[in-house]
Amino acid sequence: MSAATSTRIPEGIGTRVRRFTSRRASWIPVFAALGILLALLLAGQAYFGNFLTPRVLSSLLLDNAYLLILAVGMTFVILTAGIDLSVGAVLAFTAIMGARMLSEGVPVVVVIPVMLIGGALIGLLIGVLIQFFDVQPFIASLAGMFAARGLAFLVSLSSIKVEDPAILWLQTKLFNIDGWYLSPTGVIALLVVAAGALVLQFTRFGRTIYAIGGNEQSARLMGLPVVRTKLLAYIICGTCAGLAGVVFTAYQGAGYPLNGIGTELDTIAAVVIGGTLLTGGSGFVLGSMIGVFVYGTIKTAISFLGAEQSWTRITIGALLLVFVVVQRVIVSRSSRR
Amino acid sequence: MTEDTAVRPIVAMTGITIRFPGVLALDGVDFSLRPGEVHALMGENGAGKSTLIKALTGVYSIDGGSIEVDGEPRSFSTTADAQAAGISTVYQEVNLLPNLSVGENVMLGHEPRRAGRIDWRGVHAEAAEHLSNLGVTIDTRSLLSSHSIALQQLVAISRAMVTDSKVLVLDEPTSSLDRSEVEQLFGVVRDLRDRGVAIIFVSHFLDQVYEISDRITVLRNGKLVGTSAAADLPRGELVSQMLGRVVDEFENISRAADRQVDRTGTPVVSATGLGRRGVLEPADLDVFDGEVVGIAGLLGSGRTELVRLLYGADHADSGRVAVRGSTVRVATPRHAIEHRIAFSSEDRRAEGIIGDLTVAENIVLGIQARRGWLRKVGGSEKETIVSEYMAALGVRPADPSMLVKNLSGGNQQKVLLARWLATAPQLIILDEPTRGIDVGAKADIQRKVTELAADGLAVVFISSELEEVVRLAQRIVVMRDRRKIGELDAHDSSVDDVVAAIAAEAREAVA
Repeated sequence: MSAATSTRIPEGIGTRVRRFTSRRASWIPVFAALGILLALLLAGQAYFGNFLTPRVLSSLLLDNAYLLILAVGMTFVILTAGIDLSVGAVLAFTAIMGARMLSEGVPVVVVIPVMLIGGALIGLLIGVLIQFFDVQPFIASLAGMFAARGLAFLVSLSSIKVEDPAILWLQTKLFNIDGWYLSPTGVIALLVVAAGALVLQFTRFGRTIYAIGGNEQSARLMGLPVVRTKLLAYIICGTCAGLAGVVFTAYQGAGYPLNGIGTELDTIAAVVIGGTLLTGGSGFVLGSMIGVFVYGTIKTAISFLGAEQSWTRITIGALLLVFVVVQRVIVSRSSRR
Repeated sequence: MTEDTAVRPIVAMTGITIRFPGVLALDGVDFSLRPGEVHALMGENGAGKSTLIKALTGVYSIDGGSIEVDGEPRSFSTTADAQAAGISTVYQEVNLLPNLSVGENVMLGHEPRRAGRIDWRGVHAEAAEHLSNLGVTIDTRSLLSSHSIALQQLVAISRAMVTDSKVLVLDEPTSSLDRSEVEQLFGVVRDLRDRGVAIIFVSHFLDQVYEISDRITVLRNGKLVGTSAAADLPRGELVSQMLGRVVDEFENISRAADRQVDRTGTPVVSATGLGRRGVLEPADLDVFDGEVVGIAGLLGSGRTELVRLLYGADHADSGRVAVRGSTVRVATPRHAIEHRIAFSSEDRRAEGIIGDLTVAENIVLGIQARRGWLRKVGGSEKETIVSEYMAALGVRPADPSMLVKNLSGGNQQKVLLARWLATAPQLIILDEPTRGIDVGAKADIQRKVTELAADGLAVVFISSELEEVVRLAQRIVVMRDRRKIGELDAHDSSVDDVVAAIAAEAREAVA
């Protein structure tokens, strides 16, 4: 029993460490990811000499804005111990749908909301399958993935160029701050991260997400709104995929139905590397952001090397493996107590 | 008994009927609860206790009857509804969230907010206040999983107090607590009672029921047997109300177990210096034919760890195991099974029973695994084995095609025992085989263990209930702090002797 441990004696380092681990154990994987990111960046600088420049670091955000947005949505879903495999296909579908609508003269103020709603609806569909038809998240989102990819081909089989100035502005407008670059897409991604972090940390909805991931049965018995929260998590993930579709369209200047194949896996990898447990209940949006940057750094380093981009996947794969093993160790350690 | 009509009941359940497919789980049960009382709900497993509680807490909807809370008729369709009406439940397996902080677990869903944002300072301040009302002072920002089950239970009770509950249901709250933790819990319960909270207490421990309860309601087979003041209900009468038959059963078992064991030959299994760093200090254990060796010790004393090492479920890093005199390698459970050692785990849900298979399938699983998958145990052979063991252990209902998850805990345990016995082991290790099961099933299992040992089977029996260990065992191994501290001959030892053996060592350790 530790009921009587509140006596205030001057604290040694030992007690502080112990208190930290008893309070903030779930931050440890995030710090690990941050450590890896810093190590990668420093190693890149040591090797290439021109790696740690504002230009390279800025492009880390700008080139991966869509991935960052996807990762935020995915974090919500994985925190509930679910998974959403559809995000890559939803990105492709909303992007090609948006491109087609723009090419047919629909105003951009209509197109963007439609893209977001399209993503949200697919998220809702997946959530309903999971919640009311008791389908495994893996299978339900696989169905969502096929549906979205099919819809993308239905809209167009080939690439559609986007010439709408507002969309292109999102990517091409560069705010230059002391040699650092920031595009509107980057701003959007950072806002999504901030919103995601605030919602998860400071709203009852956000805390219920964690509760469901901790133990869904308990959350239900504690009287928390489990059904509503889970549905909303998938809707948020779908909406993020729609928004990523907008950002990706701006980034590519076109919509293409084969876009985003395998992106869902990159997203999941980034989230996991960022310290979110696949078993749910533990993880942070900020961690996912670090995960995306780790992914981006590896990609940049490999293009600096002039090597095949397939090495990105291999490195990410290896890193993911390490992280999953580390997570297993952490989980089995804490359950042994 | 005369009902005290002066106090209006906070909960009045009248004629509650609940049907499950093929079963009448509750048949017109009346139950009333007064503010400021501790009301024990007693009955064998399958008697309808949990069903009645679930009807009250909104998990099940009722097919007949009515529920009044504070004089108003109510029908709850979710636990949230029941909580809103002031009825909270603390379940046996503490249903909280290990991944969140203590404070959050207390306040979740009721967090104070400022400008739409959760006010974390307020959350922890309020949580600390609710906890300290129960005499608990802990760091509310620490993770729930870093605390003991006992403390988690108190956290669950604090949570109930946040919603200002008028009714608190404690479903088997003490089954994984040690003595001092139970005392602390009871202190809290008495305090809440004095503040006017009505408490429903479900437990299989008769001592605890008498220690804490004001009134006792007994259910049997889904029907109400009666409600009495605890002081007016002698223990024997309570047991016979629960069982529907008077039992001198335990006395018989005790008498049957009190026999001499021949320890002159080679032990069936002999472990020497068996240990694992950080888990168990090297310990010796011999078990002879026809002997029941009890292992006594508190939770975490190393009793489960010892048998897990012996069985190869965990890997020993020191010591050796001999079966009938010859040293063998027991690195995995498979090796142990080859040497005809059987192990029934304390966690029958996670490590034993397979809920989605039928009783018959669960029973033949052990033989099947021993035989290999190519030689299927089929047809009439299966039927013979299954009906033999179901009858021998008294599995109820006696339907081999029933899914195991639909059986009561006691009957699941019998099925598990049957599975191991069907493999004809020479040593069977039973880790907490009677935890969380009712008195009737407990007596059945104890009787069976005694019979098997009399027929020559070697048994290692672990239980938190020292009475049970003393009753069944011929020799008692006492463990403490991951260490074997001694052996007692059960013939001239009482529960007090065992307690003294554990406690004596404790004093020594402190000094």
